[in-house]
Amino acid sequence: MREFGYQRASDVSGALAVLDADPDARFIGGGTNLVDLMKTGVERPSRLVDVRELPLDEIAVTRDGGLRIGATVTNSDLAAHPEVRRRYPALAQAVLAGASGQLRNMATVGGNLLQRTRCAYFTDVTKPCNKREPGTGCPAVEGEHRNHAILGASGHCVAVHPSDMGVALTAFDAVVSYETAQGPGETPLADFYLPVGDTPHRETALPPGALITGVTLPPAPVAARSRYRKVRERASYAFAIGSVAAALDVRDNVVRDVRLAFGAVASRPWRARAAERALTGGPATAEAFAAAADAELAAAEPLRDNGYKVTLIRNLVVAVLSELAEEDAR
Amino acid sequence: MTTTTDPAAAAVRSIGTARTRVEGRDKVTGAARYAGEIPFAELAHGWLVLSTVARGRVRSVEADPVLAMPGVLAVLHHGNAPRVESDFVGMLGVPPDPAAVVFQDDRVPHAGWPVALVVAETSEQAREAAETLVVHYDQEPHDVAFSAGHPGAYAPESAGYAEAAVEKGDLEAALAASSVVVDAEYTTPEEHHNAMEPHAAAARWDGGRLEVVDSNQGSTWVASELAQMFSLDPGAVRVRSEHVGGGFGSKGVRAHQVAAVMAATVLQRPVRVVMTRRQVFSLAGYRSPTVQRVRLGADADGRLRVLEHRSLSATSTVREFVETSAAAGRALYPADAHHTTHELVRLDVPTPTWMRAPGEAPGSFALESALDELAEKCGVDPIALRTRNEPDRGPVSGLPFGSRNLVACFEEGARRFGWADRDPRPGLRRDGRWLLGTGTAAASFHAGAGPSTAAVTAEADGTFTVRITAADIGTGARTALTLVAADTLEVAPERVRVRIGDSDFGPAMIAGGSMGTRSWAWAITIAARELRERLALDGTVPPEGVTVRSDTTEALGALSQKERHSYGAQFAEVAVDTATGEVRVRRMLGIFAAGRIVNPLTARSQLVGGMIWGISMALHEEAARDRNLGSHVGADLAGYHFAAHADVPAVEADWVDDQDPDDPIDIKGVGEVGIVGAAAAVANAVWHATGVRHRHLPIRPDRVLLAHTGAHDA
Repeated sequence: MREFGYQRASDVSGALAVLDADPDARFIGGGTNLVDLMKTGVERPSRLVDVRELPLDEIAVTRDGGLRIGATVTNSDLAAHPEVRRRYPALAQAVLAGASGQLRNMATVGGNLLQRTRCAYFTDVTKPCNKREPGTGCPAVEGEHRNHAILGASGHCVAVHPSDMGVALTAFDAVVSYETAQGPGETPLADFYLPVGDTPHRETALPPGALITGVTLPPAPVAARSRYRKVRERASYAFAIGSVAAALDVRDNVVRDVRLAFGAVASRPWRARAAERALTGGPATAEAFAAAADAELAAAEPLRDNGYKVTLIRNLVVAVLSELAEEDAR
Repeated sequence: MTTTTDPAAAAVRSIGTARTRVEGRDKVTGAARYAGEIPFAELAHGWLVLSTVARGRVRSVEADPVLAMPGVLAVLHHGNAPRVESDFVGMLGVPPDPAAVVFQDDRVPHAGWPVALVVAETSEQAREAAETLVVHYDQEPHDVAFSAGHPGAYAPESAGYAEAAVEKGDLEAALAASSVVVDAEYTTPEEHHNAMEPHAAAARWDGGRLEVVDSNQGSTWVASELAQMFSLDPGAVRVRSEHVGGGFGSKGVRAHQVAAVMAATVLQRPVRVVMTRRQVFSLAGYRSPTVQRVRLGADADGRLRVLEHRSLSATSTVREFVETSAAAGRALYPADAHHTTHELVRLDVPTPTWMRAPGEAPGSFALESALDELAEKCGVDPIALRTRNEPDRGPVSGLPFGSRNLVACFEEGARRFGWADRDPRPGLRRDGRWLLGTGTAAASFHAGAGPSTAAVTAEADGTFTVRITAADIGTGARTALTLVAADTLEVAPERVRVRIGDSDFGPAMIAGGSMGTRSWAWAITIAARELRERLALDGTVPPEGVTVRSDTTEALGALSQKERHSYGAQFAEVAVDTATGEVRVRRMLGIFAAGRIVNPLTARSQLVGGMIWGISMALHEEAARDRNLGSHVGADLAGYHFAAHADVPAVEADWVDDQDPDDPIDIKGVGEVGIVGAAAAVANAVWHATGVRHRHLPIRPDRVLLAHTGAHDA
């Protein structure tokens, strides 16, 4: 039998001390991904440190009008929070577009950011996978890759990050806070996920043994009018094949501010800065939205069977921004 | 004491009244035990090890390090496993599943082939040891790529229960005489049964008798095959299968029962083997992918002159199995030239098998889509087209029909669906970002029966016990049989106890081919009728009861040859967003003619279940296989999608009056007809919504997107 230790952390420093002493230990939040990976043998932790009862479950409005979200806030609580729904509706929509009610009741914000790709090669230990076993190769490049990356991938790995929540957080410039045995730190979510390169097994900028304590969203008036649209291969309970988080502020048919991020296109939630630049100060027309999407997607490098994602993201950008512009006009 | 049946109760019939399952409470409270959870003293646990290469030979199995692991009792493989017999034809007329004849040689004909069984004291120990076991292979090049035009394609001599090829009439002449021709290729992907309960069995020897507790579709079938494989007297094997969480064609003799019997023999203690979901994908059969070419030729008014349907499917290198897709139209529509043929290609893949509506499910997608295309070309309403091509005898066989109520299904369905208001032009209706459309398709499935025996006992306490080796695989068969017995005995169903799923009850048909309930009901009716008559003469019941046995073999043999089928008309309304490729079914209606309905509650569930499966087939289901590795990718319920609740809106099934005059109680079967035509109805609705034909299943967002991008480019 494959045995592992389990303990519940009562404070952050205690939790950190366990991982400091045992690098094969893992923090567990809701366990909605880690437990699956343990069952399939992808993860074999020596010990689980349950951080779900740490006092990190608050959502508070910051002094400047942003939001501070604790790492152990559940997805359900995050999506239901009135300040989230008022200030960052796309974030609530993104969370509700993911998983099922039961999973959202368990899953935490910190765990959501650290969930692993659902690439079917990664989750099957009988298959080669550079992310799971560096140097074994990436069969998805030639194999089954309909839902793999079109942006920012490499020949070493073409997996996508599965999070919906992360896409909205990326659009709104979230900053990740963490603690280590050596002290606290923070990283903008935009820099949190490392480039794939030839090290797809190195996924985040978190120092070893670090515990995510929360996420801070800076104030963003534009986010009050925001939307998340997710497309998947069935109506619910499936990961995105493409998604868009968008916020738009239009005055006199001129784009004053815009936020745009894509899901299911890269190893991380993809902030579409080129598209944002193309739009800002320009007209809020379908043609401009399409041109902005094209500006972002010019860097896309589709594989044999996932070129449709370029069309899908482009169409989603136009559809979502057009809806937001119409609402602005009202 | 004296037992009487009650002729007055005959006025209050049980058949036709909605009854919840007699074991329903046990199931929802967890009291009902399934094969994987029935306790045994001294039970050991086996875990199958499957090949990770797609073709080759097992060079060596490093058993020693695993044998040293905690709790490990044995490692069985081709070097040490008991020898079994495999050169026989089983009860259903086919030899045993090659992957079930485990550990007989070093050959690996496909990925996921069983190469070893690790047995340990606990399931967890067995699993850890099995996943640690190192097996060395001599790998050989493989071919798992199924496609039209595969150079290895050949025409099989036989196609199982159907003829491989039927070619009636002069094809070229009839084509030349046709004013309208549809010629199109349709494809369906590899699909898997995925019963909710994975396969599980426990085996033990008890005083020289082999006992197996299993989850199967027929305990007679499994017991007889195990007896043949292990060279045992048929009476020396007892197989029980009390509750079954779905089968759909996949639950016969598979590797798990055989491996469990081997281990129980070697260790002389009970051994249970349960498959994981991923193992089920390799070990339990599946529906082959198909490439189907359909050519229809017709007069301007849609009357068919040509029906040509050629289907290519895959099989393994170790067994020939034909997905009989082209047979779907043989009894459905007449044509001067009626050509329906099958081809096969042998690949290094597991052997396909029957899966809910084998042949008809993929075949009806192609044929009923092609008919919709013909209706479009002729400018004829799709229902009128089918009515116009209604035969009065079997189009190929020339035999009379038992009862054929397809037109009645369409008429009732059209009325309830609101078909008369439909504008046939595609791409016109919009609801926000969604284009809306409706589609229809015909359904039919063979109605038959297999020989069965039953025993009905009048007990001294005034109750009745029915014993029959039936299988309730979730269909509600146990409850339906209770109603059948009650009506024949002329008593209330509360006085009848139906015991099933035990091969000691005597030979009986399997739950398969939509024939289970009909076959068993027939046997029960004969025995119960005789018992009732006997009790009417002398109602004295001794303490051991009065038992009457029946056997339907002769009655079935005496049936005249006819075309016997269930029918249905499927209707679907869909919404399509061509900017994202999303397709949503908004409502479905199926009207069926499936004989007399025994239990409307569970029959409706069966039909609705089939229709929902049709939605999955149309939009979701597809197993992926990596060509380089030769093995499945995403072979679990995260990777293999079927409809979630949100994909299943208003789905309604109902039926028209229909009887099978040759059946003692007028029943046919409802197990499979519900899925037939459902995918075509959805695909035809997608065309009506968008104006684009989708001839390749599933109709995924990427396919919808690319079709529309292409259309814009064009």
